Amino acid sequence: MNTFTDSVLTALNLVTSFDPALWVVVTRSLAVSATACLLAYGVGVALGAWLAVARFRGRGLVLVGLNTLLALPSVVVGLVVYLLLSRTGPLGFLGWMFSFQAMVLAQFILVVPVVTALTRQVVEDVERQHGEQWASLGAGPWLRSLLLAWDERLALLTIAVTAFGRAISEVGAVMIVGGNIDGFTRVMTTAIALETSKGDLPLALGLGMVLLAVVLLLNTLVAGLRRWGAARHGRPAAADGLVGVQP
Amino acid sequence: MSAVQITLDAVSVQLGAQQALKGVSLRIAAGERVALVGSNGSGKSSLLRTLHGLVPPTQGQVTQAPGVRQAMLFQRPHMLRLSALNNVALGLWLDRARGLNWSAAQALALQALQRVGLQSVARQNGRQLSGGQQQRLALARAWARQPDVLLLDEPTASLDPHAKREVEALMAEFACAPDRPLTLVWASHNLGQVKRLATRVVYLEFGQVMADLPVADFFNTALLAECSPAAHAFVQGELS
Repeated sequence: MNTFTDSVLTALNLVTSFDPALWVVVTRSLAVSATACLLAYGVGVALGAWLAVARFRGRGLVLVGLNTLLALPSVVVGLVVYLLLSRTGPLGFLGWMFSFQAMVLAQFILVVPVVTALTRQVVEDVERQHGEQWASLGAGPWLRSLLLAWDERLALLTIAVTAFGRAISEVGAVMIVGGNIDGFTRVMTTAIALETSKGDLPLALGLGMVLLAVVLLLNTLVAGLRRWGAARHGRPAAADGLVGVQP
Repeated sequence: MSAVQITLDAVSVQLGAQQALKGVSLRIAAGERVALVGSNGSGKSSLLRTLHGLVPPTQGQVTQAPGVRQAMLFQRPHMLRLSALNNVALGLWLDRARGLNWSAAQALALQALQRVGLQSVARQNGRQLSGGQQQRLALARAWARQPDVLLLDEPTASLDPHAKREVEALMAEFACAPDRPLTLVWASHNLGQVKRLATRVVYLEFGQVMADLPVADFFNTALLAECSPAAHAFVQGELS
């Protein structure tokens, strides 16, 4: 057997035997990304729904900025959060550097534009087609944005899954602000990078398998939601055009 | 003579680069059934939206008699992913002038569904109903708000013949209801429907009113050719 096959078999053994070293890292990864996404989802959906119906001077520039943030490199986010949280930075007093909170903050910043931009797109499409019907019934812009966002909840759920995929699979930001400290801030992606550089390929591969499994599970969930939405409402959900989750 | 409910005085509407309406003046009296006809882009929908206050006039004035209530129906009604009953109830709940609580809104919504013959699908998802049922649901939502004037933008354009007949029958019933007759103003491409339902026809071209005649005069070929050659050409084209 070659090195690759050996590594895969050892990795499978680590995963199936519930190796504590591996599962601690997996659990931490899930906790960081879930917390960041939960916070980002609340902010992003409200902001995106508002942007979909709000009309103000400079809105076009805001949207261009928002869409630019979709491609925000995670290392840049890591750097900015590092500068904010460093002892001399404006948020240095929090003492969050190299902590769980720092990683949550970095992923929050990374994911908020995704949730905001996609929510804005979904709600604005419906608002453009049907907004005036609700306006004619007496719903003002705020109420309309809430009604239409709620009505597109299936699409918004897909956005949540997409956002989680973006958060859990990023490495640059959590590496910079978390520091990849063993037993404290080590998450799946940073552990994979470290173990690969150390030559411990089985552990890196095992973590990679779990990461892929999480992403696979999320994509299956997205596909399931779309099917369920199509069956329940007789047509595909509005988020059909949205991209799936990428590791 | 019936009281004037809505007056348009030299109303013009500019939508971006397009002049949607040019100096339109109309008086719509209680009990009238006014059909707006004309080609696509002639300004029918813009006129309805201006009457309903969804599009503000760039010039001129729209005046509504005090106490007159309006509701508008669109070609493709939008229903939320709620039951048919709750879609109508939501329309009532949004009517701030009435200030209904949710259970009162639901009770009235059920009456409205009975009025349009949809009580059997009250608990079904409004989005899953057929096109004709959704349009009747939209009619129920509009009717429940107790309007005096009902504005309809091509309400039967995307329906099959059977659903068309059902919606048309409801429009006629609402207009002739002894307890609360409605004034109807609707855009239509269906000249047969106009003939059957309208008391007055307004023909629009490039945002201007080119003819405004009682229905009998509008379909009197010789008279129309004399009054409005443009409208006459349109009718001949539609009927040929």
